[in-house]
Amino acid sequence: MRDFSYYRASSADEARHAALQSGAMLLAGGTTLLDLAKCGVMEPETVVDITHLPGLGRITVDAGGATIGALAKMGEVADHAGIRAAFPAVSESLSLAASAQLRNMATIGGNLLQRTRCSYFREPDVFPACHKRNPGSGCSALGGVTRNHAVLGTSDTCIASYPGDLAVALVAFDAVVELGGRTISVDDFFLTPGNTPERETVLERGEMITAITVPASAAAKNSTYLKVRDRQSYEFAAASAAVGLEFEADGRTVRDIRVALGGVATKPWRARNVEQALTGKVLSPETVEVASRLAMEGAVSHGANHYKIELAPRVVARAILKVGGLV
Amino acid sequence: MTRTIHLSLDINGRRHELDVEPRVTLLDALREHLALTGTKKGCDQGQCGACTCHVDGSRVLSCLTLAAQVEGRQITTIEGIAAENGELHPVQAAFVEHDAFQCGYCTPGQIMSAVACIREGHAGSDEEIREYMSGNLCRCGAYNNIVAAVREAAEMA
Repeated sequence: MRDFSYYRASSADEARHAALQSGAMLLAGGTTLLDLAKCGVMEPETVVDITHLPGLGRITVDAGGATIGALAKMGEVADHAGIRAAFPAVSESLSLAASAQLRNMATIGGNLLQRTRCSYFREPDVFPACHKRNPGSGCSALGGVTRNHAVLGTSDTCIASYPGDLAVALVAFDAVVELGGRTISVDDFFLTPGNTPERETVLERGEMITAITVPASAAAKNSTYLKVRDRQSYEFAAASAAVGLEFEADGRTVRDIRVALGGVATKPWRARNVEQALTGKVLSPETVEVASRLAMEGAVSHGANHYKIELAPRVVARAILKVGGLV
Repeated sequence: MTRTIHLSLDINGRRHELDVEPRVTLLDALREHLALTGTKKGCDQGQCGACTCHVDGSRVLSCLTLAAQVEGRQITTIEGIAAENGELHPVQAAFVEHDAFQCGYCTPGQIMSAVACIREGHAGSDEEIREYMSGNLCRCGAYNNIVAAVREAAEMA
């Protein structure tokens, strides 16, 4: 890890100002920045420690929804009684992520901004070509081992998958990122790679996530996060789904359904086509199975990741059946 | 020129003063600067749990924590959990009783993680222990005995 200078910010304005300097990077839980600094992927000249900022770790839940301060830890949010009651998918997405130690360190703001686990991105010494790390240098993943790479939202320059779980649940329930001066939906916060894979979010230099807000809804209250992995715990998703469901008064017809996917796309992936196909329909294993296949509309396989195109719709279907009380 | 910063760290109830480069992790500060080598360096990338310590009572990975970040926090390492008279912590005693190790390299991290796991109330069943201890890898595969040790220590707590 290259040496850097360390600066402890004492206010949010001070942190934003410090982050404007070239080579400056914000440090919260450190689980991404220090990891990638050791890999030689990130080379900060100045690390701006924001973990001592007061007031940015609050979690409040009321009838309108939840506000989660950017510095709240993953574990705190996962275990928060109000979050568990009103947003079970959000709580589950966090408790099924990482390890207990990492959940005690990593913050909610930093969790959104975690970087891809693409092994070519993470090893610059072995794989110099990576458009995300070094625009114009090529892509080592294309033609490489792609088992963990995305099948949705990819481009000719990058097929790296977004690794997080929380953002998948957030995008399903129309959560909003607070950036101090402006707000933006989680869906619009993340970018697909296109021709600029180095740009993963709309965050500008000097901006900082201050909070995430999630509006309350009946679908969010009746929700789940289903995560399928190569090992049972402490692993990134091979495919995952955040699903929420509200029935009409008859208890069978879908009034509101939310579906988002993780582990298969270049950003947290809202599957609106699945939602549209089921809204107003009577929920049954057959309707769910047919609709869930729509989640893979436009999916592109790169060889070893082809299994995700089979797996993801089954994960979506199982999650819908679960919140629908059909399994 | 190498930049150094002065830090004052509260470790196992004692104040330690040290001058380190800003990039020095808590793990390297403990091992290389303070001769507290009970905390182990496994992967050094947040994947194995061998470096688990407590900061303000929470289990964290010292390899992904800058020493500078934890100034003013209370740090506990494996050297700090036995009683002053040398009597083992109940989790340490349970690991000995159940032979919950082979080579022993992951053991300090396992024990620090287990102490926190029990305190968090996440050691209610073998399944729960396996889930909440999943951040600590054991290459020797002593998992069955580790689970037995954690379960017994949890039942006595």
